[in-house]
Amino acid sequence: MSIRSLANRSVSILVSVGLTFLGLTCVTFFIGRVIPIDPVLAIVGDKATAETYARVRAEIGLDLPLPVQYWRYLLKVLHGDFGSSVITSHPVLQDLLQVFPATLELAVPALLIGVLFGIPMGVVAATHRGRWQDQTIRLLSLFGYSMPVFWLGLVGLLLFYAVLGWAGGPGRLDVAYDDIVPQVTGLITVDSLLAGEYEVFWNALSHLLLPASILGYLSLAYIARMTRSFMLSQLRQEYVLATLAKGLSPWRVVWVHALGNVWVQLVTVIALTFGSLLEGAVLTETVFAWPGLGLYVKNSLFNADLNAVLGGTVLVGVVFIGLNMLSDLVYPLVDPRARDQ
Amino acid sequence: MTETTRRLLLAGAAAVPFAGWVRIVDAAVPKDTAVFAKQVDDLISLDPGESYEISGGEIATNVYDRLLRFEAEDMTKLVGGVAESWTVSPDGKTFTFKIRPNLKFHSGAPVTAEDAEFSLQRVVLNGKTPAFLITQLGWSKANVKDMVKATGPDTLTFTITADLAPSLVLSLMTSIVASVVEKKVALAHETNGDLGNGWLKTNSAASGAFRLVSWKANESVTLEANPNFRLGAPGMKRVVIRHVPEPASQRLLLEKADADFARDLTPDQIKPLAGNPDIKVESFKAANTFYMGLNLGYEPLANPKVRQAMKMLVDYDGMVKTFLAGRFFVQQSFLPLGFFGAIAYTPFKLDVEKAKALLAEAGYKDGFAVKMAAPNTSPWTEISQSVQQTMGQAGIKVSIEPMELKAVIGQYRARNHQIAMLSWGPDYFDPHTNADSFVHNDDNGDNPKIKPIAWRNKWFIPDITKDMLAAARELDTAKRAEMYAGLQKKVTDEGPYIFMFQNNIQVARRATTTGYTPGISGDLSYFRKIKKS
Repeated sequence: MSIRSLANRSVSILVSVGLTFLGLTCVTFFIGRVIPIDPVLAIVGDKATAETYARVRAEIGLDLPLPVQYWRYLLKVLHGDFGSSVITSHPVLQDLLQVFPATLELAVPALLIGVLFGIPMGVVAATHRGRWQDQTIRLLSLFGYSMPVFWLGLVGLLLFYAVLGWAGGPGRLDVAYDDIVPQVTGLITVDSLLAGEYEVFWNALSHLLLPASILGYLSLAYIARMTRSFMLSQLRQEYVLATLAKGLSPWRVVWVHALGNVWVQLVTVIALTFGSLLEGAVLTETVFAWPGLGLYVKNSLFNADLNAVLGGTVLVGVVFIGLNMLSDLVYPLVDPRARDQ
Repeated sequence: MTETTRRLLLAGAAAVPFAGWVRIVDAAVPKDTAVFAKQVDDLISLDPGESYEISGGEIATNVYDRLLRFEAEDMTKLVGGVAESWTVSPDGKTFTFKIRPNLKFHSGAPVTAEDAEFSLQRVVLNGKTPAFLITQLGWSKANVKDMVKATGPDTLTFTITADLAPSLVLSLMTSIVASVVEKKVALAHETNGDLGNGWLKTNSAASGAFRLVSWKANESVTLEANPNFRLGAPGMKRVVIRHVPEPASQRLLLEKADADFARDLTPDQIKPLAGNPDIKVESFKAANTFYMGLNLGYEPLANPKVRQAMKMLVDYDGMVKTFLAGRFFVQQSFLPLGFFGAIAYTPFKLDVEKAKALLAEAGYKDGFAVKMAAPNTSPWTEISQSVQQTMGQAGIKVSIEPMELKAVIGQYRARNHQIAMLSWGPDYFDPHTNADSFVHNDDNGDNPKIKPIAWRNKWFIPDITKDMLAAARELDTAKRAEMYAGLQKKVTDEGPYIFMFQNNIQVARRATTTGYTPGISGDLSYFRKIKKS
């Protein structure tokens, strides 16, 4: 890749990132201003006097024309200031740094489960097309696809927490372990290991596994389905027949040659799956009382806490942009053709 | 790799996520800790000069001691809190409080009259939402420093300019704004002259039964017992209020004993719990009034006979006997039972024939169409459907407009509704709190200083307002009660309100965890008597 094309590419990435970012804030901002909920009322409550109401309205700048409000907001965001949340009284950025690790702690194991099991399952389904292996896997992923996660979560809690007692209940920790581990990364599993509090670690893990497995199952369902269909189209290619004819072992043909050609598409699928996991799974977080990004944004939305909603949306947008760039970077690793472009 | 090892490897990998499910550490709730599973996402601030949400008030009442109290031991008797005793001047304008000796803040510093002075003043000076509770005494930013004064190390004196009954003023001193904040600590954390508001939103400087350890938004609030509390150390060392948004999850936590109380269970979750010997479900009277506001700006509703008819077109008894069973009872008054002066008043029953006759007299023989804004959650949706159905029997075609609660309130405040179905909760423990809203409208213009409920429904009542204000300043308690009884009947009979129900709070708890009653309002929700056996 020449310097010039590298520069061109960087500029085009930057421009597209900037435009996406602008569009994102613009749409969210104006939607937030036209919903029929009064954000001032959300702060002062129904019983405030006209004086208090007017003061708060001016304080949050709602008395200014909309474009001015937007411009001001944009300037602040560019300086890293998302304003303060009405509900938590903290700066939104601080809140996001608090809730995002909770979501991350769920999303990473969920993605691992999805990738580690989804891809082999997809491959097996494709190579055993129409046979019982394929039917079972398709049924499993159809189930994961179509069951409401809310229901899955409650049934999971009922079975593994209430009846069998194998998993921790709603929340990130048992009450007995609250406030023991100092917060470093915000990931309780990591923080407890750093602090050498192994009991807390196991407790955190027991609380994590059920919601993570359920989210993992959903990503597994998606990834397995996609892998199966990508693999099917590869296995129809002539080179597969050719390599088999040349005497290569079927195992090698499937898992090395065919799967190798599927990786490019899979990287995109995995990145998107991860993105949607990081968005915060509102329903899962509600059922499991998991104080993550999804719950935070939902709660802010219902309370007309516009700064928090905007902040959360911008964060999700940034995550998606980041993942897209990341998968762009990974393509050359899995596809030699992309290296020469 | 052979087929067998490959299969073994795959099976091993498949078992990994399940391995952690083996419960390695099972920590029950410690004996000295009480855990509430509750929705606390309404929490905005824990500064007693600002907090005005139900959850906030509940926590503040346990963390901050107040000048006066209705204590857990007897919730109907006014007693001293931070103040040991008090006197009222014969003209009812000057109030003097003697601060208890030897009271200590959580920091160890003594509680003085200066702290009490600062606490009342900062509420008015900061002018946050609950400030209206005491600005109605005639206090303002300009005069509060002269009106509220520490006249000695243990004496607080204040003067009021408004005409209000002493019993009302003293009731206000049991409300959240009369919480005593430690002046030195608040001022040490002051930024931009906010008198410590920013810091106190999430921290405490108090002398109550519990100390605030932490509030993690959307996660939990943790309180720790104050062993030196003036009424003795609380029964529990720690109280944790965990935010559990989903009621079904609350139920599971309760059943597994990972929570001692579940506060937001729905009727279909409470029913099966009745058979569980480890769990008790209790009902307590709460103070919310569920009603419909009829906007007189909409032609048919301005007709008194139409309103009379509509009050006969609600199946009050049918609803509380069926889908509202246990959670509501019929109370057709602007005062909830349990309040001073409240009367049990239920003159209206479903009577379609009589209602039809009244409508015919009013010139609406074939009824009319009307829009009703109602919150889009249970039990509002069910109540509004029932109302729609019974009104329809007399030809009144109600079209329900379900929306977010906040949107209903927005429409209501702007007087854009025709019918609004809502509930109202009192702000402090005195009948004036509800009267001043349901029965106050002597300025029907578009931009009055306050927007009481009577104004929102365009019910212009300068004369009744005068009677209501007279009741607020009546010194003779018996006579005052009588005046409220008269007002309640008048407002129910003639006013633009269809009062329907008062609610019960249902609390499910572990059978072994006792001593908690939610009280008729959040101000009376005391945690200090909770015990575990």
